Amino acid sequence: MSDVTLHHGAEHAAEPHKHAHHHPFLQHHFEDLGQQHEASTLGMWFFVAQEILFFGGAFCAYFIYRGMYHDAWKLGSHHQDWKIGAANTVVLILSSLTMALAVWGAQGAKRKFTALMLILTLILGGIFVGVKGYEYSVHIDHGLFPGAQTYTNVEATPELTQQVQLFMTFYFTMTGLHALHMIIGAGLLLWFIKRTWRGDFGPEYYGPVEIMGLYWHFVDIVWIFLFPLLYLV
Amino acid sequence: MTSTTIDDAPYIEPSTKERRNYLNDEYGVLSWLLTKDHKRIAILYLISVSIFFVVGGVIAFLMRLELLTPEGDLFTSDTYNKLFTLHGVVMIFFFLIPAIPAVIGNFILPIMLGAKDLAFPKLNLASWYIYIIGGTFGVIVIITGGVDTGWTFYTPYSTQFSNTKVFLTTMGAFITGFSSILTGLNFLVTIHRMRAPGLTWFRLPLFVWSMYATSVVIMLATPVLAITLVLLMVERVLRVGIFDPALGGDPVLYQHLFWFYSHPAVYIMILPGMAVISECVAAFTRKKVFGYKFVAFSSLAIAFLGFLVWAHHLFVAGISVYAALVFSFLTMLVAVPSAIKVFNWTATMYKASVSWNTPMLYVLGFIGLFTIGGVTGLFLGALGVDVHVHDSYFVVAHFHYIMVGGTIMAYLAGIHYWWPKITGRMYPEWWARLSALLVFVGFNLTFFPQFLVGYVGMPRRYHAYAPEFQVLNVLSTAGATVLAMGYLLPMIYLGWSLKFGRKAGANPWGAAGLEWATTSPPPKENFHETPVVTWDAYDYPAFLKAMRETQNV
Amino acid sequence: MTDFPLFPEQASSVAPLVDGLYLFLVAVTGAVSILIWLVIFYFAIKYRRRPDNELAQEQEPPAILEMTWTVIPLLVFIGIFIAGAWVFMRMNVVPANALEIYATGRQWMWKFQHPTGQREINELHVPVGRTVKLTVASEDVIHSLWFPSFRVKQDVLPNRYRAFWFQATKTGRFHIFCAEYCGTQHSGMIGSVVVMEPTDYQRWLAGGTEGSLASQGEKLFQKYACNTCHMDTAGARGPVLAGLYGKTRPLMDGANVLVDDNYIRESILNPQAKIAAGFQPIMPTFQGQVNEEDLIRLLSYVKSLPAPQSQQVQPVESAQSQATASGATGSQPVVIPPATSTTTNQ
Repeated sequence: MSDVTLHHGAEHAAEPHKHAHHHPFLQHHFEDLGQQHEASTLGMWFFVAQEILFFGGAFCAYFIYRGMYHDAWKLGSHHQDWKIGAANTVVLILSSLTMALAVWGAQGAKRKFTALMLILTLILGGIFVGVKGYEYSVHIDHGLFPGAQTYTNVEATPELTQQVQLFMTFYFTMTGLHALHMIIGAGLLLWFIKRTWRGDFGPEYYGPVEIMGLYWHFVDIVWIFLFPLLYLV
Repeated sequence: MTSTTIDDAPYIEPSTKERRNYLNDEYGVLSWLLTKDHKRIAILYLISVSIFFVVGGVIAFLMRLELLTPEGDLFTSDTYNKLFTLHGVVMIFFFLIPAIPAVIGNFILPIMLGAKDLAFPKLNLASWYIYIIGGTFGVIVIITGGVDTGWTFYTPYSTQFSNTKVFLTTMGAFITGFSSILTGLNFLVTIHRMRAPGLTWFRLPLFVWSMYATSVVIMLATPVLAITLVLLMVERVLRVGIFDPALGGDPVLYQHLFWFYSHPAVYIMILPGMAVISECVAAFTRKKVFGYKFVAFSSLAIAFLGFLVWAHHLFVAGISVYAALVFSFLTMLVAVPSAIKVFNWTATMYKASVSWNTPMLYVLGFIGLFTIGGVTGLFLGALGVDVHVHDSYFVVAHFHYIMVGGTIMAYLAGIHYWWPKITGRMYPEWWARLSALLVFVGFNLTFFPQFLVGYVGMPRRYHAYAPEFQVLNVLSTAGATVLAMGYLLPMIYLGWSLKFGRKAGANPWGAAGLEWATTSPPPKENFHETPVVTWDAYDYPAFLKAMRETQNV
Repeated sequence: MTDFPLFPEQASSVAPLVDGLYLFLVAVTGAVSILIWLVIFYFAIKYRRRPDNELAQEQEPPAILEMTWTVIPLLVFIGIFIAGAWVFMRMNVVPANALEIYATGRQWMWKFQHPTGQREINELHVPVGRTVKLTVASEDVIHSLWFPSFRVKQDVLPNRYRAFWFQATKTGRFHIFCAEYCGTQHSGMIGSVVVMEPTDYQRWLAGGTEGSLASQGEKLFQKYACNTCHMDTAGARGPVLAGLYGKTRPLMDGANVLVDDNYIRESILNPQAKIAAGFQPIMPTFQGQVNEEDLIRLLSYVKSLPAPQSQQVQPVESAQSQATASGATGSQPVVIPPATSTTTNQ
């Protein structure tokens, strides 16, 4: 059998561990920052894949009922204000732009710029969630929140009423889960703003911002699917 | 001609120096509860899954006591229904799914890869805490009145009719799912990115291939259960009709969504068992596993095909004939890679050096019992027979042969095999062999009669049954008593061995694999110097030669 | 306690087929399992570790061995699939001239309705040698109707009719079990099917005095004034129902629909869902006014109406065809809010 040894780990196996040039954020179970970066990025990709399956189950159920209750699905989406939805979509896309710029800034150790971009992302995300909250309150006022006690909207027939209520159930569940992911993202952004301000990131260590960006873009993409399915049917 | 003797006495016997290892590195409760060391986290899991195993086992024993007589005279119907539901929930979500991955996988996988830890140690600890939180929900459910929907939570019974703790239970399962997902994620990244120098994919132990396949299934299937449970909770709380036909929903849609996870889930439970068996077969035959690449790829094939067969749980549920035909055909396909593994393990024993130590006894038991469990799956996949045996005790026997005769035997094999590595002590061999025998005999006596009573006509989840089924049920309960003793003994002697067991050396079995190239117990960072791998999996002469040149033992 | 069966009675026409397949599987899988057991124990003994056998002798395995035990099991499993599918298809085609009985499951009892009007609870009398087609629905949760001695089973769903059949070949009393967990008294939701000689069955039937299901349905048809729209005259407000059952008809939106049990049920409870082409959407819903048993009576009546001479009557379709109408889940679920008087629980 050959004595071929593998990639970058080999050099470190030969020489003793040097503490002198140890990056403060290198975790000890990794050989070097490169391995740490690759591992973290791969981890976030796998996490995103799993999230796709999570939302996927809801999309699947949504589509099955859309096939069965086509008219009710049309009525349900007419209850949504597509202009507000479109505006919110633009807000979210802008937030992805600022997030991407933040990653670029972190790579270049542009501390103030990166922090600003992250703050803008947070604000735009906050606007999104706030607008969503407003939309929810309007729906609740119109008696569109699903539930035996709370749903008072009436359509042409009792069956249609029931089916539109099912649409609204999907609306609230899917946008609610999406908003929950955004709120978690907002919390993470706060932490990253703090780390950026502390000067943690630079060309050799910007991985965390990059994977934060990956998460944020994923949440954005979910919305890009939700918007047409819920507002534009 | 290779030598047929081993000159590895220095590694079998313990070294005379007292060394720092992960157990004596730090003391104190907080050093355990806040640890990031995968080995300590594995021990935390070992304790918690064992507790849940006892809970689930006691419930099973109570059920078997009730089933001694045809009348429902020990418990009320509602209580019995809660017992079988909780038995399923506890055993599946809190024992079988985490057991091998989170106990054995957590401890051994990084060491097998020559790594210092998993990719994300803090996430690993979070996994355990999330599991504990989910498990706490389960405990709360048990204490506050239980749940009676069956672990499958079929609608509309679970959403509109049951007045037991459905929401809390589904919340507990939902939370525990995250623990599973994070463990799978950790394993995948570790296997991809943290292998030691020289450890190429086709030099990996087969344990790693199976754990990789398990992790893929965990990542892709568990989130679907999560969203299904969310929709179930929404329906129950808001009283809307996602799955309730009285309110416009479709109960069969629930079954599709549920089984889309729960069928791959059974592969999450058996693939780790197969992982352990591959390792033990190699170690206790001192031979390369026959057909390495076939066994490796069969794990991936099982993972892939396992996603395509879920509707074989719905053959009589109201799906179309065409769907039934397609899923029956696919079900037959998924049996092939499992068959390949059984044949390959058997072939490994040919002209080998077969030890009769306890792990090997469990391996022999696994191969025999998994074969029976697997072939009875063919009965269930065959449409004409499934109509009769669906929802009968035949199904119960089938899955217990795989889960208990398969997974739990593999778990015990792994615990005994790696016990010296984990604790630095040997367990008492003869007590362990006795327990293995009790488990084997007790298991067969418990579950074989259930095939018969199921075909004769006894439905599952029955509190009381027709009198002519009694004899088979009495046999089954007798077996359960023997099985319980077989499970009780290891808890006692393994505990005893922690203090009084013979001390073990680095490689008490003379096995091959990186975990045997370090001390027993390992140091906190697993290896004093990063190993460089130059040998194929299970290549004993090359491995033993490399061992003599290492500084790690 | 002394008399326990290890094998169920064969009391239906398909039971021998199912048992034949089962025993074939037992033989094949039993042989393979025993072979594996013998081989592993033989190897474990013959090649046990001894001082002169500490390390195994390595040899390169021939690839042909691997291919053999991949391909042969695959072929065997496909053979099992074909055999199972064949039996299944036989079970799925309802023979002609079936005696049509309706069954409803509810927590925790079975109700059977004979076409001649007799109603039974937890007991079902049928003649031997005659095909019986059971159409089932649930009033609450999912149940499952299992006749172990006949080897047939069908999940009983709320709001959806499913049908299956059996032909008893032996007289006697056999078990009926509910086979889908449904709550507290799931294990008490049991009964018996009593298979009788044809003459005994006729005698038993004569005991009932309510009139056939179809004639009961005719009374309801008049009571609810269905006949004021569904008339066989020009310019009638509703489609003619005579001879309609089993036919395919165009709808207002251009699609076609098969007039089966589920469609008739839906038309009564949710008439706006599918409007027949050429008619106005004016039929009112009878949701809340008709219960499950009334629905069964009306259904029997509509099915019993002979076609006017100008039309051909279609044969009764196979049990599963109504399930092929649409969707991943089998058939269109019918929407009814929970208002019927019989849907009590616990």
